[in-house]
Amino acid sequence: MKVINEFKCTFPAVSANEALARSALSAFLIPADPTAQELADLRTVISEAVTNAIVHGYRNATGNVSICLRMLPDRMLYIKISDKGCGIPDIPQAMQPLYTSAPEEERAGLGFAIMQEFTDDLRVRSTPDHGTTLIMRRQLRQIHAEE
Amino acid sequence: MQIAYDLQESQLSVELTGEIDHHHASGIRAEVDTAIYAHMPRILILDFQNVTFMDSSGIGLIMGRYKILQPLGGEIILRNPPPHIARVLRLAGMERLARIQMHSPEEVAEL
Repeated sequence: MKVINEFKCTFPAVSANEALARSALSAFLIPADPTAQELADLRTVISEAVTNAIVHGYRNATGNVSICLRMLPDRMLYIKISDKGCGIPDIPQAMQPLYTSAPEEERAGLGFAIMQEFTDDLRVRSTPDHGTTLIMRRQLRQIHAEE
Repeated sequence: MQIAYDLQESQLSVELTGEIDHHHASGIRAEVDTAIYAHMPRILILDFQNVTFMDSSGIGLIMGRYKILQPLGGEIILRNPPPHIARVLRLAGMERLARIQMHSPEEVAEL
């Protein structure tokens, strides 16, 4: 598949970097002139994914989170977030709304529900003790050629 | 993140600002809870007018304050969320726990 643009970065799994991930996504998307809603949705999506990696993947232990953003043909945005954390033993359970493996953190358990709602496709690959990778796609609205 | 308290009768108003994510939520939670336990309000108003970003960490924050206030007979009002925050509030079903209301009288349209 032809890739129009690509951005990759890896950063330590610390909560201050949740804002960094949102900023990186915004910077990557700006040339595509997203709508305010697309930008807000996707900033929320990446924030949920990176927070999951930090809170649930690493459980506040040290490690890295990697992001790969791709703009594919026809304004299809590809987002991959991976960690090498504890993995998810039961993916369907983890994706259930209101389920959280960290109730003491006052997590709402809505991260996956938001990611599913705000993207067109969400795939989760996870191996216990090896880590988790999320791949999401979102079709940006088409821009018609100026007259 | 700045939080302003406006104590009128038994009403605690918290003006949230900036970004509400996992990184900022614990600091906000500590400040809001200090004010809740100091005043024991009947109504907690969380004003989102100047919040520029909120993910599900904000939902966790609201649910946690609901669990504190509800046994005391208190209620929560979520005021003036910008459109993208209103979307997250609706997706999370927050209208079941709190009143969502627009600030200006022209937009009293509750979500």
